[in-house]
Amino acid sequence: MAVVTSIEEHSPQQNGEGCWQLRLYVAGQTQKSLAAIANLHKICNEHLQERYRIEVIDLVKQPQLAAGDQILAVPTLVRNLPPPLRKIIGDLSNTERVLVGLDIRIAGQKE
Amino acid sequence: MSATEAAPRTAELEKCPTGIQGLDEITGGGLPRGRPTLVCGDAGSGKTVLAMQFLVQGIRQFHEPGVFIAFEESAHDLATNMASMGVDLNQLCAENKLAIDWIHVDASEIEEAGEYDLEGLFIRIHCALERVHAQRIALDSIEALFTSLKDQGMLRSELRRLFSWMKEQQLTAIITGERGEGRFTRHGLEEYVADCVISLDHQLSNQISTRHMQVIKYRGSAHGANQYPFLIGKTGLSVFPITSVGLDCPAPSEQISSGVPRLDAMLRGGGFYRGGTILVSGAAGSGKTSLAAHFVRAACERGERALYFAFEESRQQIIRNMLSIGVDLAPWIERNLLHFNASRPSLCGLETHLAGILAAVEEFAPRVIVIDPMTDFIAVGSLGEVKCMLTRLVDFIKMKQITAFFTSLTLADHSLEQSEAGISSLIDCWLLVRNLEQNGERTRALYLLKSRGMAHSSQVREFLLTDTGVDLVDVCVSAGEVLTGSARSCGWSGGGGTWKRRSKICADNSKW
Repeated sequence: MAVVTSIEEHSPQQNGEGCWQLRLYVAGQTQKSLAAIANLHKICNEHLQERYRIEVIDLVKQPQLAAGDQILAVPTLVRNLPPPLRKIIGDLSNTERVLVGLDIRIAGQKE
Repeated sequence: MSATEAAPRTAELEKCPTGIQGLDEITGGGLPRGRPTLVCGDAGSGKTVLAMQFLVQGIRQFHEPGVFIAFEESAHDLATNMASMGVDLNQLCAENKLAIDWIHVDASEIEEAGEYDLEGLFIRIHCALERVHAQRIALDSIEALFTSLKDQGMLRSELRRLFSWMKEQQLTAIITGERGEGRFTRHGLEEYVADCVISLDHQLSNQISTRHMQVIKYRGSAHGANQYPFLIGKTGLSVFPITSVGLDCPAPSEQISSGVPRLDAMLRGGGFYRGGTILVSGAAGSGKTSLAAHFVRAACERGERALYFAFEESRQQIIRNMLSIGVDLAPWIERNLLHFNASRPSLCGLETHLAGILAAVEEFAPRVIVIDPMTDFIAVGSLGEVKCMLTRLVDFIKMKQITAFFTSLTLADHSLEQSEAGISSLIDCWLLVRNLEQNGERTRALYLLKSRGMAHSSQVREFLLTDTGVDLVDVCVSAGEVLTGSARSCGWSGGGGTWKRRSKICADNSKW
């Protein structure tokens, strides 16, 4: 099984429906990687409130994990749950694109 | 197949042999070591096969592991496709000699939100290289990225970074790309991969398709710059360069029997030179196949293997027909000394035929072969192409010192000495069989038009097909007229009671 560098979980009591599972692939501590992590947290806090779970995978430390999710560009954000699978590439600085990509309704509305 | 012309000089670029038949000859030793080579061509021209074979031969022949980065076909599809060429990719991967990574970018799944780079691609390639300690790599076809990723500027700079990184790693790489309009590739990969460019194409002519390969560019090395035909067959890709080595083959002086004793007598008493080429031409029904059958029977009687390529009649038909003149070929087939290969020339292109003949010769290892008739090839290609193909065939068999017997059909209204396909220059010994119509009957006459390297009889002989085989009979000459058939046997010469003399069959004209 994969060992990830950091997992953040919010709403520990809810583990099933409605919980977003996001995986962010980065390569080392580059500017883009750090920006992506920061942006992702910001967006999730604002729009997903408590119902998300982020995994950050550093490909420099675990290169063999890139093939599994077909990672080509870095940083890449993969939305595993809810289905379908979505991928967003970039440092996530364009919030609107991230919301469209993740299919998140604007804050306030439930999924 | 054959050696290159000059010995490599130390100043020349180091080459990485591909192990692909013919390709190492045209490139003078292989691809540039440690540099990328661009292989461009349309869909279906054989780029993936070339790239994969480069890696597989590297593993099998030169013990260099390789990595195949596929952008279009999945690993499973590749394995299935290559299995038809006798390559087990799964086995090679299991042995850790080959690593295949399928990089798939589905544009519909991806949203671009901010800046990114292709470090993921680098990481995956590096991972695969480390896994098998690869020295060779193939990228097929990296242009797929251009259609899926929108940031072309970033893509181009990342590609530049990738290729210079590969050069640093001293990897010999094959990069494939689709042919573009007015350029080598659609997205201009030749900007980054400029050391060696090979182009593949697939042309259709006379309803038959032929594949051609051309080394358009090879920095720092001499190379064959022509288009060379190639085939993708059961053993993969093979290129057929015209080698000049064919003119440097030994010339044996041993003579072998033609199967007809009196014909041997006309050929300085011994028969054809071993390793020579013989042509029998004549109109329909003149007895060419019969002569061929005698020739192979004589070879089999000597314990030598004979391979008969029939392009007009089936094996069973030839056996039946030859039985009617007392030549029984069946026992030789049973003893595995004689083998028939029958097919229609229009079935496939000249290159495929040539490849088939060469492969059959390699497999069966005959000392003599028969091509009956070779004129049917003109239906498939132009005269020039047929001559080209026959030249390569003759080069090949001369190197192996195999004696070849060709038959050629001349059309009724053509002069018998018109050289078919300009091939007479390739022929060492040329026999002509002519149908004669005289005094209400048709008979056959044979004479030697040429026989290189030996004195031979230049007299016409009557050629008979009897129940016990072919026979050559002395003709009678009377009042300057050659008498054959019944006119000969009764000595009649039309005028009533004129002097006749027999011309004896002998090796030269000096004695009667």
